[in-house]
Amino acid sequence: MAIVYQKSKGLTDAELHYCPGCHHGIVHKLVAEVLEEMGLLDEAIGVCPVGCSVFAFRYFNCDMQQAAHGRAPAVATGIKRTHPNQPVFTYQGDGDLASIGAAEIVHAAMRGEKFTTIFINNAIYGMTGGQMAPTTLIGQKATTCQLGRTVEQAGMPMRVSELLSTMDGCVYAERVCVTDIANLNKAKKAIRKAFEKQMAGEGFTFVEVLSTCPTNWGMSPLKANQWLKDNMVPYYPLGVIKEV
Amino acid sequence: MKKEIIISGFGGQGGLAIGKNLAEAGMAEGLNVTWSPSYGPEMRGGTANCSVVLSDKPVGSPVFIHPTELIALNEPSLAKFESGVLPGGIIFVNSDVVTDRVQREDLTAYYIPCSQIADEVGNAKVSNMVMLGAYVAATKVLNPETIESMIQEMFAGPKAKFIPLNIEAFRRGMAAVQ
Amino acid sequence: MAKELWKGNEAIAEAAIRAGCDCFFGYPITPQSEVPEYLSLHMPQHGKVFVQAESEVAAINMVYGAAASGMRAMTSSSSPGISLKQEGISYLTASELPCVIVNCMRGGPGLGTIQPGQSDYYQATRGGGNGDYRTICLAPCNIQEAVDLMQEAFDIADTYRNPVMVLMDGLTGQMMEPIEWREIPKRELPAKDWATTGKHGRDHTNFINSLYMVPEECDAHNAHLLEKCALMAEKEVRCEAVKCDDAEIVITAYGTPARIALTALDVLRAEGVKAGLFRPITLWPFPEKELHTLAGQDSVKAVLDVEMSAGGQMIDDIRLAVLGQKPVSYYGRAGGVIPTVEEIVEAAKKALKEAE
Repeated sequence: MAIVYQKSKGLTDAELHYCPGCHHGIVHKLVAEVLEEMGLLDEAIGVCPVGCSVFAFRYFNCDMQQAAHGRAPAVATGIKRTHPNQPVFTYQGDGDLASIGAAEIVHAAMRGEKFTTIFINNAIYGMTGGQMAPTTLIGQKATTCQLGRTVEQAGMPMRVSELLSTMDGCVYAERVCVTDIANLNKAKKAIRKAFEKQMAGEGFTFVEVLSTCPTNWGMSPLKANQWLKDNMVPYYPLGVIKEV
Repeated sequence: MKKEIIISGFGGQGGLAIGKNLAEAGMAEGLNVTWSPSYGPEMRGGTANCSVVLSDKPVGSPVFIHPTELIALNEPSLAKFESGVLPGGIIFVNSDVVTDRVQREDLTAYYIPCSQIADEVGNAKVSNMVMLGAYVAATKVLNPETIESMIQEMFAGPKAKFIPLNIEAFRRGMAAVQ
Repeated sequence: MAKELWKGNEAIAEAAIRAGCDCFFGYPITPQSEVPEYLSLHMPQHGKVFVQAESEVAAINMVYGAAASGMRAMTSSSSPGISLKQEGISYLTASELPCVIVNCMRGGPGLGTIQPGQSDYYQATRGGGNGDYRTICLAPCNIQEAVDLMQEAFDIADTYRNPVMVLMDGLTGQMMEPIEWREIPKRELPAKDWATTGKHGRDHTNFINSLYMVPEECDAHNAHLLEKCALMAEKEVRCEAVKCDDAEIVITAYGTPARIALTALDVLRAEGVKAGLFRPITLWPFPEKELHTLAGQDSVKAVLDVEMSAGGQMIDDIRLAVLGQKPVSYYGRAGGVIPTVEEIVEAAKKALKEAE
């Protein structure tokens, strides 16, 4: 029998703890496949955040560190500067990266740190129970903006890819999603390109993945996919934001 | 033997450098030495001082309120530290900058026109060496040859042309208290 | 070896390079900025890593990343900056990562003063961040000792997989003193087979983590850390007793006040007062047994603790060690004021008089 599909060697056999319909599992798989296909699993050192993907060290079949909330880019800086020839990546959510870790990600981009950041933007805090994130949309309900986010209260949501693209040290930023096969393929290409540019020593590379959180959005996985396309994509346009 | 010296002046006047030279010369002679600066924003333009200890025993406290000698490079320094100098001690005053006189009568005061002597030697920048010479001659705790060989080392190589100038300034400073 | 005149902060930085420090991550703050300044020039010259981080928070997390991937990593700061590093220090200890943290203390609280202080004793010896943990805390009182302790600091960190703090005050950092570059015996160190260096053919992944969702697992992890603490407390205590054999008054002090107290001993003894100095070199683990024994000595009538802190912080450990055998009193100055020899002499006489 021919093998038509098998789990990437980039993933361990540990059972994922993510909710049904969550995109973390898909993105894990894409990162794992890219690392495997590029032959980087034996070299790679990853950093996982505080947030839903806090246990990513159990899932990726490469050496991993678990960082304090928001500090993954600083941790990755410490790794990459002392292991300049090895692939290093951070995997962070929106609360971790865009809120508490805003300084760390901006300065890593400014310094042109030669690692890759995979940024999961699902417009909400997942692990702590659906609080407002810097990327929560106007009108979107969360447990800390129960009537919906307002500009007066919280300002406009942060477009992180565009923000980081203003830094000369950031050589690649692309926003993708994984709601369907076409987009999933694009997402994988973006992740691969980010790692390729990292390994070529070009600078800081960033892939933002618009993702769903069916549990905290209070939707079925399918409806969440649709909500992402209808609401997130118009505010967070897909595609290459910056490529040097 | 233990000398506890405060050198004080405007930031940029070279007081910290005089202190460092004393500490280095003391070290070269096998003494135990410490050099402690006042530090912080007051060093730019305000009064900066350092405390130097030269001792034949291990140095305990590197800071003190009763110096054996005070080198006052400006008036605020004389005003601030004069009263603390040990009776029988010495105050060295840079008389080109300080017009006040030392009030205390239980100690020795030397008025050294450092800048004037430095100008006579040929370079205003060597006024610190004049003061160093005065200190060495008046206290006799350091061998003048130690300072002179230190000057040779300090200006080794391309800066060697400054050696005679500095040595001359140092000797003129010694002569000023003799 | 010929003696060389070195500024404390620069000497510490050079000593770190000589101790095999692979990387330094820091942020400017007075009075320790000469450490990053020196290393920014000299680390690259030795093929080593220097990064000026965007904050103390980032710097300590860079240390985390580098230490977790097997490097000898270091950061330095001064009191307010060390406060910002506490989160990272807690994580480093929880994840069992070796590193060296230098705190060149200034007076506090808040922005406080840039002048020397010792008000971070509690923070340094009680953990400082969240959770049950301790970091070894070395307290040099002169530049030679600071330099000698740097090699030890890295070795101790690697031996126990635990952060080590070198706690000195701004004066030790700012002053100059002759030092010798001595060869410090290196310890035999365990292999860092736990480090996340990339698998490189290893049959399992290494991961560095401080999160335990199952309470029993977190409890067991705490028990493991506690065992390590007990081992450090057993093996790493250091202290010095000066002129204590016949002492009636024992002055306790660390760092700059200890060297000022040394001069005070001479003054007191010249006046016929039998004074001695007990100086903890490790603040944690504290030399509890050693001080307890000394306080029990028949000659000792009183103990005077001297610190650059408002009400004293080490005095808690002094009292716990003395355990009521003799009266313990305190003299200190805070906010950047350095106690003078004269003040310590007076305080010692007063303490002795009150005890009699």
